[in-house]
Amino acid sequence: MDLANTFIDWLRPDWFLNLAVVSDDYNRGRYVAGLWMTIKLSVVSIFLSLLVGVLGAAVQGAPSRTLRVAVGLFVAFFRNTPPLVQLYFFYFAIGTVLRITGENGLPQPLISNFGWAIISLSLFAGALNVEIFRAGVEAVPRSTVEAAEALGYTRLQIYTDIVLPLAVRVSLPALGTNLVNLVKTTTLAYAIAVPELLYISAQIWSEDLNVREMMNVLLVSYVGLVAVLVWVLHRWEKALRIPGYGE
Amino acid sequence: MTWTPQQPIVSLKDVHKSFGSVEVLRGISLDVMKGEVICIIGPSGSGKSTLIRCINALNDIQAGSITVEGLEVNDPKLDKLALRRKVGMVFQQYNLFPHKTALQNVMMAPIKVLGQDRAEVENRARALIAKVRLNGKEDAYPGELSGGQQQRVAIARSLAMNPDVMLFDEVTAALDPETVKEVLMTIKDLAADGMTCILVTHEMGFAREIADCIYFTDRGVIVESGPPATFFDNAQDPRTQQFLAQIL
Ligand SMILES: Nc1ncnc2c1ncn2[C@@H]1O[C@H](COP(=O)(O)OP(=O)(O)O)[C@@H](O)[C@H]1O
Ligand SMILES: [Mg+2]
Repeated sequence: MDLANTFIDWLRPDWFLNLAVVSDDYNRGRYVAGLWMTIKLSVVSIFLSLLVGVLGAAVQGAPSRTLRVAVGLFVAFFRNTPPLVQLYFFYFAIGTVLRITGENGLPQPLISNFGWAIISLSLFAGALNVEIFRAGVEAVPRSTVEAAEALGYTRLQIYTDIVLPLAVRVSLPALGTNLVNLVKTTTLAYAIAVPELLYISAQIWSEDLNVREMMNVLLVSYVGLVAVLVWVLHRWEKALRIPGYGE
Repeated sequence: MTWTPQQPIVSLKDVHKSFGSVEVLRGISLDVMKGEVICIIGPSGSGKSTLIRCINALNDIQAGSITVEGLEVNDPKLDKLALRRKVGMVFQQYNLFPHKTALQNVMMAPIKVLGQDRAEVENRARALIAKVRLNGKEDAYPGELSGGQQQRVAIARSLAMNPDVMLFDEVTAALDPETVKEVLMTIKDLAADGMTCILVTHEMGFAREIADCIYFTDRGVIVESGPPATFFDNAQDPRTQQFLAQIL
């Protein structure tokens, strides 16, 4: 009964979807800044993680055994450890060592907390992208590659012009899942005080004591962000579709 | 050593090739002169594909020598691009680039590999597509073309590199009987234009018609060779006779 009442309470118009930040100018300003930070984290990490994935998958097909093993270790490390621990590792273990002397003569961190969040998220999602692209690369028939070899293509040209474009098409569904996860994982940056959406929201609700309303705001914001990403990925998939191929 | 057209354009001398411990080519020697058309026939698994793949260095060899226009194919310092500019290859499964249109398939390599001017390449590519009788299919993707049409695009793609020698590995084996003819016609046109062709084929009538010389391979050796008339009507070796009896 209590449960039912609580549920009905949730549905009351002044609670249900009360986007508390819309009405208050001060909070709205902070919210927009947080949203913008989350978008920056997402876009930059997505871009860098794709780069890591493409390069990593290329190296895994390279002749050098040392390089292949190095990429394998990199992937294993980032796949098999919690992303929050990775973030702490970068920020507290490496960040405290990497310091320069600032203008005032005091030691300053070389890389900001925002910088570490980008690096950590990009490598985390990038490691998974390596695996995803590699599966795509392996799906490209050997005979297609040989046809390119017979035409005089170099290894690199084959990768950029034939293997990668085909591999991306195979990888897109898995890639989409990973990138959506990456957007959601940006909330971890909260832990090192990057003022992104969750961090800002927590500030607002601890000042205004409006946890429930801010939860609405948060959830709706992430649903919106992910919807935009899914739409972009969908457009990309459509643009890459080849008539008569892969049905 | 500079090559002159009086010398064989492709020359194999005692070529040996193994995959692991299995010796697939056991001493193959053959010479092809410029403008000649030769056909290699033989039972499945006798090493025909391996033989022609060695000519453009898709497979390496363990012993013997292969030269193309005097270029030593087995030289570790071989400039593979130089070799592959001279030698075009068409595969049984066409192996077109599925994400590119017919026209793009033909244009890609000359632009990317040879760095030729796009507009000039496009003119040539359109002419080649017309030559393989595919006018109107320039903008079709491989997945929208029949096997025979794809194979002709593959031939045009290879020709766009202006090769001196063409290798064909059972290029009609995957095709429907009615489209086999259109591909064979295309090859015949090429041969008539003086292109040096090395073909692996099971089309005996076709081989008889266009080949200057037929080579019969079995278990990694050339059992018998000769001009089609002698070869088909007067085969000497019992293995050749048996093979011909089965296939004809
Ligand atoms: N990449 C390879 N690795 C191992 N064995 C191979 C490979 N390619 C071909 N072979 C073997 O070499 C032999 C000759 O093959 P192939 O040249 O394809 O014959 P054909 O074209 O006359 O049918 C076969 O026994 C085949 O199994
Ligand atoms: Mg074969």
